[in-house]
Amino acid sequence: MSAELLLQASGLGKRFGAVVAAADINVGVAAGERVSLIGSNGAGKTTFVNMITGYLKPDEGEIRFDGRDVTALSPRDITHLGVARSFQIPQLCAELTVLDNVLVAMACHARRLSAWQPARRADALARADAVLERFGLGSQRARRVAELPGGVRKLLDIAMAMTGTPRLLLLDEPTSGVSAEEKFPMMETIMTALGQAPIGVLFVEHDMDIVMRYATRVVAFAGGRVIGDGDPAAVLGADEVRHHVTGHLQ
Amino acid sequence: MAVVVNVSPAPDAGTRAKDAGRSRLLLGGLGAFALLAVAGWFGPRWLTFLVTMAAANGLVSLGIVCLMRGGVVPFGQGMVFAVGGYAAALIYNKLGFTDALGLALAGGALAVAVAAPFAPLLARYRGIFFAMLTLALSMVTYGLLMKMDALGGSDGFNMSRPTLLGQALPDAHAGYVLYLVTLGIATLMAVLARIYFDSTRGLITLAVRENELRVEYLGGSARRAMMLNFLIAAFCGGLGGALAVMSLGHIDPNFSFWTTSGEFVFVAILAGWQSVAAVFLSSVALEVVRSFSSAYFPNSWQLALGLFLLFVIRFLPRGIGSLWMKRDRT
Repeated sequence: MSAELLLQASGLGKRFGAVVAAADINVGVAAGERVSLIGSNGAGKTTFVNMITGYLKPDEGEIRFDGRDVTALSPRDITHLGVARSFQIPQLCAELTVLDNVLVAMACHARRLSAWQPARRADALARADAVLERFGLGSQRARRVAELPGGVRKLLDIAMAMTGTPRLLLLDEPTSGVSAEEKFPMMETIMTALGQAPIGVLFVEHDMDIVMRYATRVVAFAGGRVIGDGDPAAVLGADEVRHHVTGHLQ
Repeated sequence: MAVVVNVSPAPDAGTRAKDAGRSRLLLGGLGAFALLAVAGWFGPRWLTFLVTMAAANGLVSLGIVCLMRGGVVPFGQGMVFAVGGYAAALIYNKLGFTDALGLALAGGALAVAVAAPFAPLLARYRGIFFAMLTLALSMVTYGLLMKMDALGGSDGFNMSRPTLLGQALPDAHAGYVLYLVTLGIATLMAVLARIYFDSTRGLITLAVRENELRVEYLGGSARRAMMLNFLIAAFCGGLGGALAVMSLGHIDPNFSFWTTSGEFVFVAILAGWQSVAAVFLSSVALEVVRSFSSAYFPNSWQLALGLFLLFVIRFLPRGIGSLWMKRDRT
């Protein structure tokens, strides 16, 4: 089984002083799986995502991606192995245009930076436009990111993560800060862009309707520990998860 | 369905567009050079000397703009300016190599060699820490130059007139030939800088300024980008130092003094980070303001300079280059 897993986190632990942010986390993700990470604020979801992407180094445990130990690698090296992420607060180049943000993403992913080739050459522009169209951002291409509304920024953030060839995509609260009416269209756009590609997706989410519709598996966190892992209906129906995550009294 | 969007590139159209853009750039550079060459022939000597110094100093500021585009401002480019100048003068005096083009290149190359060991360290710092570290390096250089008798100590030393492609420069036109050499090199560097700024590496530099974290998460290297910019800035600074010393005929430790570095920063801020031409125009403006202020307000020319800078920062916060560069032209 483990040989088929794209991502395998084993015994991950992380402390910030006396605060236990993660303890004995064991989570595996297979190619093509859509795994939702749920939990209340401070449960350890983002810490887990940050450890997978190399932003935080775990105090204990090991992370393997495609069979390779990536525990000590930098975010950049992990990205080049095929792990992409978006952020809860979109991390964009605010003074650049939407188009330039995508061109930056494409240039970084391609690892063929040139001091001679124009960034806005025709083939790069065509590819960038195609990415923008796929995410419904074509009409925004010339706008500065600083002028964009929150939902558009979220989409652009995710579009940038997907300009490379990710095999594992981590979305940190893709619908946070987005109005209720925009949440499902946004998720539809993302899922349509993902299509049938065998990409493992881990997404942190607080909206259980979103989780139920788009996740094939749910991992529930509480107090830095995994308290549930499996079929969405089964995990969300478990008493401990209902108590810690969805707020229902036992 | 694949996530990555593979659209068939249009190499022919792309190549044509690139070639057209490059041709325009090259023609613009050649046109500016030709215009200035003609103007220099008819202009008074003091003016050609002023423009020569402005072009040499503008090269140093061009290097600063290169770094500014990545979000850092060095306050110690006097170091590479001095290294380039001393290198050219020493090679001339000690090795007997006198060709102006070779000396200019040697100045740039040696400035890169001196700056290179510090590049990995400086690439880790941003903001005031970067500025202060570069300032510290320039002041260490200044201190060393002041103490080294072999390099003339605080008085520095002289350098005679260089040659050009094996030919001695005629007495009557030596200043004009050096003017052409300096302008030619400055034009070439300006064209190359524009190409670099518009390249994928140039775009990554802007992205580093905006969001370094994201660049790393996209697989880019912010430090590598900043190291490269630092070395390019060193080359430009060394080139400027070598060209300046050839026209001045003298070098001393003041090349590395912090006020000299401050003037280069002044020009870069005046120009803004968008336009390459603005760097050289700003450098000329500084020289003109300084010359006329010195003539009419000999003890308070800095006051005029300060007021000039205040005016520009108040009304053109993105520099004079923003007057003709589109906002989205990065």
